[in-house]
Amino acid sequence: MVDAPDVLQTEPAAQYTDSLGKYIVIYLCILALAGVQFVFAYSGVHAGGRFARMFLVALAEGGLALLFFMHLWAEKRGFLLFVLVFTGFVLAAMQYGWTDSNRMERGVPNSQPQIGSVR
Amino acid sequence: MSQADMAMHHPGGVMTEPAFAVPARKMAIWLFIIADAATFAACLVAYGFLRNGSPSWPTPFKFSPTVINAMVMTFILITSSLTMLLGVRAGKAGDRAAAFRFTVITAVAGIVFALLHLREWMGMIHEGVTLFHNPWGTALFGASFFSITGLHLTHVVGGVVALLVVGGRYKAGRMNADHLEVVGLYWHFVDLVWMFVVPFVYLLNVAR
Repeated sequence: MVDAPDVLQTEPAAQYTDSLGKYIVIYLCILALAGVQFVFAYSGVHAGGRFARMFLVALAEGGLALLFFMHLWAEKRGFLLFVLVFTGFVLAAMQYGWTDSNRMERGVPNSQPQIGSVR
Repeated sequence: MSQADMAMHHPGGVMTEPAFAVPARKMAIWLFIIADAATFAACLVAYGFLRNGSPSWPTPFKFSPTVINAMVMTFILITSSLTMLLGVRAGKAGDRAAAFRFTVITAVAGIVFALLHLREWMGMIHEGVTLFHNPWGTALFGASFFSITGLHLTHVVGGVVALLVVGGRYKAGRMNADHLEVVGLYWHFVDLVWMFVVPFVYLLNVAR
């Protein structure tokens, strides 16, 4: 009796046939972006500005790695959308907690009992 | 064709097309990566929450040795991603020797990364930083630092073991290039996470 395969055999979309030069260029771009992050760390911008800039650079670095090193760009567009939308939704939903963090730091709104308020 | 007809044609039962034309093994590692991304994101968000809410958050990292060490570690990890990619590429092209060689180089880079990380941990512990105490400010700093970098280090060590096991079995002919691709995806993900750990955990806390 022949063992059944896990799934029907389908040719995968990502073939890993891109030129070596393309990979080297992407590698150098990621290295350069990583270097930019270290420069931002010592810039005179306030902490919030540094965070925003570093986060954007990290997104660019991660995007390059995701699309080209992990070959997500070469997969079916449906799979690309599935990964990005699914992951993006989960990560965005986590940001719900930030409202309370700001309330803790700044004491507003409703962090202190109001005088005369009902307890 | 009905399901009953399909079951009759295939001894394994009803067969379906793989989702998005992605083989099951690769789909599994992608689902793991998505779940793991959520794990790291939760840690980083919790860290940001603590940092944002703690007025005495310390910024102790000096350019030498910590930031230089982080630079070197970043360079090693990004380079290891390239060597992993070259290994998978060679494997897909049927060059078994080159694929094994690049896989081992990647694993060695991972080992060097882990050793540099441990050296840095030892330096910090020597300065009095532990999970529950540090000499600079809120104790939560040590807890969040060791938790996040420790989780990443665990992934690196796991990746090195996986690379060596899969690489060895691939060389012996017991695994194929698809297995290398799966472990390669995991290794790229470990690299990707580091791209977010460095700015948030190290570079936002440099001594100025």
